Amino acid sequence: MIYAIAVFAPLFGSLIAGLLGPFIGDRAAQAAAIIGMVIAAICGPLALFMLVAFDTAPSGVVSLGTWIDVGRFHVDWALRYDALSATMVGMVSFVAMLIHVYSVGYMGHEHRPKYRFFAYLSLFTFSMLMLVTADNLLQLFFGWEGVGLCSYLLIGYWYDRPSACAAAIKAMIVNRIGDLAFAVGIALVFFKFNSIEFPSIFASIGLHQADTYDLFGTSFPAFEVIGFLLFIGAMGKSAQIGLHVWLPDAMEGPTPVSALIHAATMVTAGVFLMARMSPLMEFAPTALAFVTIIGGTTALFAATIGCTQTDIKRVIAYSTCSQLGYMFVAAGVGAYQVSIFHLITHAFFKALLFLSAGSVIHAMSDEQDMRRMGGIWRKIPITYTVMWAGSLALAGIFPFAGYYSKDAILEAAYAAGGVGYYGWICGVLAAFLTAFYSWRLLIMTFHGAPRADKHVMAHVHESPLVMTGPLMVLAVGALVAGFLLKPDFIGEYWPEYWGLSIFNGPDNHVLHAMEELPGWVGLLPLLVGLAGIAMAYWWYMFQPGIPAAMAARFPAVYRFLLNKWYFDELYNWLFVQPAIKLARGLWQVGDAGIIDGMPNGVASLAADGSRQAVKLQTGSLALYAFVMLIGVVALLTIFLMFG
Amino acid sequence: MNAAGFPILSLITWLPMVGCIVIMSVRGDEETVASNARWTALWTSLIVFVLSLILWFRFDPGEAGFQFNESVAWLPEFGVGYRMGVDGISVLFVLLSTLLTPICILSAWEAIHTRVREFMLAFLILETMMVGMFCALDFVVFYVFFEGVLIPMFLIIGVWGGPRRVYASFKFFLYTLTGSVLMLLALLTMWFVAGTTDIPTLLRTAFPASMQTWLFLAFLASFAVKVPMWPVHTWLPDAHVEAPTAGSVILAGVLLKMGAYGFLRFSVPMLPIASQSFAPIIFGLSVIAVIYTSLVALAQEDMKKLIAYSSVAHMGVVTIGIFTFNVQGIQGAMFQMLSHGVVSGALFLCVGVIYDRMHTREIARYGGLADRMPRYALTFMVFTMASIGLPGTSGFVGEFLVIVGSLQVSFWLALLGGMGMILGAAYMLWLYRRVVFGSITRDDLKSILDMSPREWAVFAPLILLTLWMGIYPSSFTGFFDASVAAMVQHHTAALTSAVKFAQAVH
Repeated sequence: MIYAIAVFAPLFGSLIAGLLGPFIGDRAAQAAAIIGMVIAAICGPLALFMLVAFDTAPSGVVSLGTWIDVGRFHVDWALRYDALSATMVGMVSFVAMLIHVYSVGYMGHEHRPKYRFFAYLSLFTFSMLMLVTADNLLQLFFGWEGVGLCSYLLIGYWYDRPSACAAAIKAMIVNRIGDLAFAVGIALVFFKFNSIEFPSIFASIGLHQADTYDLFGTSFPAFEVIGFLLFIGAMGKSAQIGLHVWLPDAMEGPTPVSALIHAATMVTAGVFLMARMSPLMEFAPTALAFVTIIGGTTALFAATIGCTQTDIKRVIAYSTCSQLGYMFVAAGVGAYQVSIFHLITHAFFKALLFLSAGSVIHAMSDEQDMRRMGGIWRKIPITYTVMWAGSLALAGIFPFAGYYSKDAILEAAYAAGGVGYYGWICGVLAAFLTAFYSWRLLIMTFHGAPRADKHVMAHVHESPLVMTGPLMVLAVGALVAGFLLKPDFIGEYWPEYWGLSIFNGPDNHVLHAMEELPGWVGLLPLLVGLAGIAMAYWWYMFQPGIPAAMAARFPAVYRFLLNKWYFDELYNWLFVQPAIKLARGLWQVGDAGIIDGMPNGVASLAADGSRQAVKLQTGSLALYAFVMLIGVVALLTIFLMFG
Repeated sequence: MNAAGFPILSLITWLPMVGCIVIMSVRGDEETVASNARWTALWTSLIVFVLSLILWFRFDPGEAGFQFNESVAWLPEFGVGYRMGVDGISVLFVLLSTLLTPICILSAWEAIHTRVREFMLAFLILETMMVGMFCALDFVVFYVFFEGVLIPMFLIIGVWGGPRRVYASFKFFLYTLTGSVLMLLALLTMWFVAGTTDIPTLLRTAFPASMQTWLFLAFLASFAVKVPMWPVHTWLPDAHVEAPTAGSVILAGVLLKMGAYGFLRFSVPMLPIASQSFAPIIFGLSVIAVIYTSLVALAQEDMKKLIAYSSVAHMGVVTIGIFTFNVQGIQGAMFQMLSHGVVSGALFLCVGVIYDRMHTREIARYGGLADRMPRYALTFMVFTMASIGLPGTSGFVGEFLVIVGSLQVSFWLALLGGMGMILGAAYMLWLYRRVVFGSITRDDLKSILDMSPREWAVFAPLILLTLWMGIYPSSFTGFFDASVAAMVQHHTAALTSAVKFAQAVH
């Protein structure tokens, strides 16, 4: 019951804010949305504690009614209540509540009505909660698309900016590419299992292990095909390399949106999907190897780009991309618990980083370019402090949250061996770059000589309490989440904590093996992190001439990174332009020229002929009669033939 | 007698004609006549709608066969009779027709100001023809209604249409009529074999395999144009662009369903062997329709044309679903038809709202409407999302079930047929962005008014229906569950016996 309230309270808040907003005014709409979220943020964590700490509520399913019922295809609306779902519900409702509160301050200067913003934000939270509590693949897809819609609406929130509209459409379409694969994957699950409800899929995994599916003229294990299709869906939502192009552009939305959707929650849906489907993924080793490779590559690739960007939000966006890559590395080697651990800690420190970036932007009169910042750390001490906390957590410095979770990922990758080594190498390199770009960001933003104009500098001010409050709460989270959650999530108590909600195959001992690695494996990420910080200080604090000199010495590399590996240009050249040309061609040549050309040709022929016939008859009725006549003639022919 | 206790189907079919007589009998100056015609048409169609709700409540969803049957001897010596009845396949289309007619009449309230009386007459006649067609249980009666639909529609486009209305109406008429003539041949052939035109009897008749091929092709010629399938779709954009808003709504909402209904009523159950062997060709044409017309939609500069092309793409999904011959595919196709009837009808109404204000359909003339018309922006967004198949709206259920059904046939069919998910998002969001988002740059848009209460009354039921169909589709699929299951079973049985027969011969 509490669980259902946690899921539906944001929906009610959203409906009241969105539908009644024009009548009850902005303040009431904001209040409605926030009350809904506060209720959710109380009930969500409470439901989690009742399940895992006090054992007062058994795991199970809260059924809400039938959704689709067609032949054997049966899907219910239902809320799944197990450790994995409840953990996600607790995190999502709590972080979303903080971001709602923060938004009151951040959106304070907005001249348009704000009820729309809060309605979208709450609707997003509801969709995300539906996603993580789904008891079948289709409801998961409902939430999946729902968060996509809200993301679209919120990226394009400032709809009078062309760049925001373009980014919103791009996000939706790129996501849909993944979604199509996901939808086909669900169809394939139904084809093989005769059900898409989690309990019956997981119960009959054993029966279908030998199933095959024919594709490209070859027979593949069915689980591998399903695993690949689901993962392509996850790649779209979680911005993995190839389908990542929407995430950096999504920074066009207001900053609280970036924090909630494009860092803490929505983009982690793909990782959640892998953990949720672990009973099936465990028997799809090739698909899992692919997950590791894509994850490792994304972690490194996004980190390299993060080192050259100058827009403060874009740096953090690429950092998100990179961290999601880490999570997939963990999922790919079978350490789903570790990936969820990093997902949770990341939610805290990444939301923190984004919101503090928002606080900086707020202080700098909407300036986002780090080249026009600097020298403000004394003026906004709280923001500065919490951003340090977030960066320390991101870089994985002891005892901050990232230290525990990122270390665990790299250990798991190393312990798994095989393709895990690839993930490990990418991860270690990315850990160095992560620390480097984080401190590059800190130094460029806060230190050095002020590069903004006097006007802006005069205005720099610390944000109000309604914004700094959530920041401080998140900073505490970034500090303590790691060592508080570790014992339960991946430490000695993990089998009891996760119960049956995450499955590890009989041959999968990665969670034990990672405990027995040589000491240097555990220490290495910390060391490269410290090295990255040191290098950032050296390059940006002590000898600020170096970055420019490096860029001048390796112009090709610099431009390659600055232009984000030219993915946008490549896609534009490969897909967008051809599609536009093809569309015009099909329309003007295909439809107007060829398909219409023939009947029109026949028509003009007939018109010439009928100009003679028209002398006998006029009007459209006559034409009808004429055609009928032809029909009768043909009819008679048939009569004669059959007679 | 039937479950309603009186001949309900004939009543809802012919009642609009009574309204016609009332409208025609009114005398007075032009204003009186017009106002009378509007109110009479509205009340008539509302009464018809309320009566048709009896079908909703009294229809027995567990029964696969025909219900509310009526039979009157007409030409008994030829086995032709006036027979009416509905089963799970047709009943919801009757309701769709009776629902959309009052909505259309309401939407034409102010938009039509010349020859109002004749317009309303045409609409009521159209309603009779549509409802009659879905209720007909005799092939001859069906044929009469099927063709009869053309005449009022031809007039609606040709008289109240845009500048190129004559070209468009003739194109519409000739395209659809040409196909129909071939169907008439098929009808006669079937009559020769079965000795009757009674549809339930025909459904039980096994036609020889070689004859099935020819019959199938004849039906295909007629139905493919109506659907419309690629490459005989080009009449549709022209007809939509020129038609008045109400005409577009009914054209997209109901008339496009006639072709697919024909496939479901005749081709698939009566010609199982030919259907099976022609299925790959249908799949090919449908996949082309989905991808080709979606791309073409992307390039459009006229709002109505864009939505018209999107209709072709959506109907491509429908034809894929029908020819998968499994429960999910066919039910998905039926659901997609119903959903498309509501959603694309509503999208044309959305175009109508701003067309009535600015008198242009050119996308580039708009932009930034969200500032001035927040309610309109919300309404348009709901239907845009339903059109691209967002879960929770009606558009998703049908499209997804078709993907599930088609995957059981082929992976590539599911993937390519599902391409509408991506391309549909592209053209609809691009349309929405250009019309509603952005900032207002033109002076004449600065004073544009948001939706009036009358317009709200038009959209509110459609929004509710869209969400209802998306969140609890079972209340709709329940109607055709039994009938579709019986159809699939019949199809499988017919194929098995054909195979056995072939084996016995060899």
